[in-house]
Amino acid sequence: MAKKHKWVDLIKDPLNENNPITVQVLGICSALAITVKLMPAIVMALSVMVVVAFSNLIVSLIRNFIPNRIRIIVQLLVVATLVILVDQILKAYAYDVSKQLSVFVGLIITNCIVMGRLEAFALANKPLDSFLDGIGNGAGYGLILIIVAFFRELLGSGTLFDKQVIPQSFYDMGYVNNAMMLLPAMALITVGIVIWVQRSLYPQLTEKE
Amino acid sequence: MDRNSNLYTILFAAVVVTVSAVLLAVAVMVLKPAQERNKRQEKMTDIMYTIGLDKEALTTKAAAEGLKLNYKTIESYFKKYFVKQYALKSDGTVDKSVNAFDINMKAEIKKPENEQRFPIFIANVDGKTYYVIPLYGKGLWDDIWGYIALEEDANTVKGVKFGHKGETPGLGAEITKKWFEKQFVGEKIYDKDGTFKGITLLKGNKDPENKDKEDHEIDAISGATLTSNGVTNMIQERLKHYLPFFNKVRQQKN
Repeated sequence: MAKKHKWVDLIKDPLNENNPITVQVLGICSALAITVKLMPAIVMALSVMVVVAFSNLIVSLIRNFIPNRIRIIVQLLVVATLVILVDQILKAYAYDVSKQLSVFVGLIITNCIVMGRLEAFALANKPLDSFLDGIGNGAGYGLILIIVAFFRELLGSGTLFDKQVIPQSFYDMGYVNNAMMLLPAMALITVGIVIWVQRSLYPQLTEKE
Repeated sequence: MDRNSNLYTILFAAVVVTVSAVLLAVAVMVLKPAQERNKRQEKMTDIMYTIGLDKEALTTKAAAEGLKLNYKTIESYFKKYFVKQYALKSDGTVDKSVNAFDINMKAEIKKPENEQRFPIFIANVDGKTYYVIPLYGKGLWDDIWGYIALEEDANTVKGVKFGHKGETPGLGAEITKKWFEKQFVGEKIYDKDGTFKGITLLKGNKDPENKDKEDHEIDAISGATLTSNGVTNMIQERLKHYLPFFNKVRQQKN
């Protein structure tokens, strides 16, 4: 990260050109698991965004004091503390969603995006830049989550935000919800299609042979 | 101070860990009341669900009175319909020193039988009596639990509600689905001679449509034999403790 980024770029970059899911292919596990319905996906996206942004901020603030030998442990501690906080807050104020997300909130700790941003960015950059980088990467992750969840809920359950959107007349004519969309395998394929669409729109993302 | 010395490293670690611990302790303390409320609300909603007062029914009821469905209204409906809550001893008598609603089933089933207290929630809805009994047992991967509601004959199932911690999605986890819960409705836990049978989840039984409500059997979930067995055993094991109480109820009826 030699080049000094502008703040706008910090947020815009991970949304597309440097998207953590579709370009760096990080954080796939949770992206497959919690994209069955839109609501949990949005809550998960927000949770990850909060965790990445604030762990980036905190680690960046103390980056000059962290002893190099226990660097990773300190980062983990910061991330774990934030994740537990988010988990407890969800349990208190968004109980139903937190039940649907179950272990996946706790597993944000193991999300490669978080540790990746800390190691690659926060340790070498100023607090505000790091915070924005966290917001950007969280948003990039969330964007894909929401796109995937949108198609999975629409095609798999015929609903959006648990509200029926495919009219009954379709079902009367023989339309059937695609139960495959509810399974993680189709989530992977959906992510694949998103990557495909993105790369055909932005050919510069394709690796040169 | 030298940033690479052992002393600095240890001191730094100690400070960071302490800060994190204090922060989390405070957060847990502050958020605890709200979390407890959520759990109580869930418990009341689950119990009312088994006697046919599901979320839609309660929402309509609340709307008719110009109220919104929240913790307060849920609690007021629960208090209105559930007229009695008992913590039963194993001989069927009531232990008045224990609050039935606060019994934590997970901890309770680990105690020896004569020390356990068996909670029962008795509802009165439009003149009809229902008995709701909490269930707790083992599924394939982890704990399963639920509630079963009996009609006033203490025999016919009015409704059930199941929950699980980690059963396989699409297989064992189907026990929480409506189609599965529906099968229980109308089944009997006693046979015609008055012997306790429970309800067995059976694969390939003669009555897959579940039209026969006297056979004490419902269709198990294919691919989830162990979860299904878990449900069978849980119902058997839990209900058996209530037999002395049921016998009293049934004698009074006759």
